[in-house]
Amino acid sequence: MTEQALSDVKVLDLTHHVAGPYCTKLLADYGADVIKVERPGQGDPTRRFGPFPGDSPEPEKSGLFLHLNTNKRGISLNLKSAAGQMIVKELVREVDILVENFRPGVMAQLGLDYQTLTQINPRLVMTSISNFGQTGPYRDFKAADIVEYALGGPMYSTGIPEREPLKLFNNVIQYQAGTCAAVATMVALYGCEIRGTGEQVDISIMETQAGGIDRTPTMRITYQYTGDVNVRLPTTQGFASGVFPCKDGYVNMIGGAIFFHKMAAMLGMPELLQHPRFPNLIEQANPEVAEEFLTILLPWLQERTKREVWQAAQAVQMLSSAIYTPEDLVTDPHYNERGFWVDIDHPVAGRVKYPGAPFKMMETPWEIRRPAPLLGQHNHEVLGKLGYTTEDLVRLRQKGVI
Amino acid sequence: MAKLPLEGIRVTAISVVWAGPFATQLLADWGAEVIRVETLHHFTFLTRGFPIIRPTKEMVQARPTWIMAYPNWDPGERPWNRYAIFQAHGRNKLSCTMDLGQPKGLELFKRLVAKSDIVVENNPPETMEKLGTTYEELKAVKPDIIMISMPGFGSTGPHRNYRALGANLDETAGHTWLRRYRDMDPSSASLILFSDATAGTHAAFAALAALRYRNRTGKGQFIDLAQVETLMPYLAEATMDYTMNDRVQDTLGNRHPFMAPHGCYRCQGEDRWVVIAVASDEEWHGLCRAMGSPDLAKDEKFADTSSRYQNQDDLDRLIEEWTSQHDHYAVMFALQREGVAAGAVLDDRDAFQDPHLKDRGFFEKLTHPDAGTHLYPGIMWKMSKTPNAIRTPPCCLGEHNEYVYKKLLGISDEEYAQLEKEGHIGTEPAPGVM
Repeated sequence: MTEQALSDVKVLDLTHHVAGPYCTKLLADYGADVIKVERPGQGDPTRRFGPFPGDSPEPEKSGLFLHLNTNKRGISLNLKSAAGQMIVKELVREVDILVENFRPGVMAQLGLDYQTLTQINPRLVMTSISNFGQTGPYRDFKAADIVEYALGGPMYSTGIPEREPLKLFNNVIQYQAGTCAAVATMVALYGCEIRGTGEQVDISIMETQAGGIDRTPTMRITYQYTGDVNVRLPTTQGFASGVFPCKDGYVNMIGGAIFFHKMAAMLGMPELLQHPRFPNLIEQANPEVAEEFLTILLPWLQERTKREVWQAAQAVQMLSSAIYTPEDLVTDPHYNERGFWVDIDHPVAGRVKYPGAPFKMMETPWEIRRPAPLLGQHNHEVLGKLGYTTEDLVRLRQKGVI
Repeated sequence: MAKLPLEGIRVTAISVVWAGPFATQLLADWGAEVIRVETLHHFTFLTRGFPIIRPTKEMVQARPTWIMAYPNWDPGERPWNRYAIFQAHGRNKLSCTMDLGQPKGLELFKRLVAKSDIVVENNPPETMEKLGTTYEELKAVKPDIIMISMPGFGSTGPHRNYRALGANLDETAGHTWLRRYRDMDPSSASLILFSDATAGTHAAFAALAALRYRNRTGKGQFIDLAQVETLMPYLAEATMDYTMNDRVQDTLGNRHPFMAPHGCYRCQGEDRWVVIAVASDEEWHGLCRAMGSPDLAKDEKFADTSSRYQNQDDLDRLIEEWTSQHDHYAVMFALQREGVAAGAVLDDRDAFQDPHLKDRGFFEKLTHPDAGTHLYPGIMWKMSKTPNAIRTPPCCLGEHNEYVYKKLLGISDEEYAQLEKEGHIGTEPAPGVM
């Protein structure tokens, strides 16, 4: 077995849904031994969300669950039972990291708050992910992806002026909070090495948006600097720049400002550089000038596919893109040559293509050691190692603990 | 203040715009010494200015947006130290200048790398090859260096040298297609730069994972991060529907795969909005109570999740009739009291007034020598034993040349003066630079 970057790290994973599981997926995919705890019976709610092969909803076949829980071992445990809480405490003794994303206060109700657990394992790093953080007036507010984006992120400025603000794709805010939590967890692990004791990390999903670099910090600073509130901007992104239709879809190019020479080169029309208005940076701010240029650009685009336009634009090193659908992504030669899509075998769901490594570590590769666990798949293995006998497990099962 | 966890770790960065700089911001915030290596001889668009390094006031004011924001929409004498897009990530970092185009600059850079733990860069691979700063070349001077190369499309593959900003990567990651308005083409989705956040965060994680491995084994390594591939895992619900079922999902706009109502509703006032997400019958009844419409709760048309989903257009109209008579915050508080997920859509002014961000002390006041005193977004998460705050304001161009050259590289005063003459050291871009 190859050694991975985090092969020496042990994680107890009390998370569910998306943010927590993506955090622990990152740790697991780069080598950590992650034990995922699910509720007996139903398990993680994402088991009920699709996509499902053939659209037939079965808890062991959810694409979302399978993706988010690769490389983890799974146990089922009723955290509301004293025996379940005891097992968590026994596991806490063995791990470096505990990640949870219950509502604030739930861990304390279960008798599993940081103060209690740190007495069992002073080196424990406990990462708590919640919608609004462990403190503050919104602490107990309910949230969904769209709520986090509205309160924390740049939703107000996303979309077009004549319409309502627009959110991002389902759950991406949760994923991003999970990635931030993974960074924070690693930082705390370093702190633990210096100090010899662990600590609790408080991730507020709202703040991972408020501080995330996609426009929000810049817009807040812009307001501080100028007193002007950032609004949703019109679809044309200025002269010779923006999203345009082509023969089979849409492309985006930045061919104005100081890059107009690239646009002229792509079109094969060097004479445009002698045009009285097009190359002039101040004239370019005039919407009429932008409109006039489109009479040249749009017909050229209509004769070419999105991949052809993208290639032509990149041939002159223009910032540009083709607007991809899920099909374009999975069939794209670049992503395939890089091996981004990976086939993973699962005992119930079968062989399916998944998104793969978000980055490649040359010495310590991203690797699929095992697919996502079946509900309670590793009960025997994990609890057996703690000293529970087969009879104990039968008893725990009868009492609904596992 | 307590020692920060990453103190003693040195990161050298040749990073532009946002993705690379966001990675190093996260490391700098928690104590790493991040040294930006910048040049006086080349202008990188959107890093320290737009559309040119010395825009006129007229240029900035012709189209005043955050893309070209300077204090009071005035580029001032040193615009490169006043540019909002840079100030968003520049805190807690050091800046030195070096001309890597000259052999002497390359030699100095390698001396700095030899004293570093991590190198972060987000340039097209061919740029690093031309400069002579590839992993192989840097490994020769620092065998256990950790190098994170994070261009848009990665270090291998046919698109490796493709030029892209975050908006382009959002599109080629497949995200834009999935997040546009339901009834409009992709040009309506507006340009977002979410992949800068996903790439920066994953790169910081990669750095810390590699550092742990190096501390355990003594081995450094190269990390190939394609910014676009850090966003793609977030879209598995759509892409795995394609790999499982050959289905090409279309956008749901502000709607949700199974929650209803789920959307953004107009409120009282100019361009004021609230978002509402209802996941259960219980929450639906809470919404009806907040609206003061007990009859609605009994309406067969909206009795359960599937009927509400089917009749969403009608439902959205009824909800908006109510929200449009109230302030966006008032609607949020009324719904949250009834146990319904709702949030005001905050604009910039709201964010600085928001009681929750205030209570958590999210914004911090900083004084910057060229930009004045303002509030800035603060540290992104809290750690129970490591209180943290921004230590230094966004770095000015070349502000830390003396420290880097004299203290770290041991350059004498005479040599320092010579390097100034040769165009390595300075605090202003060379006169000819656009």
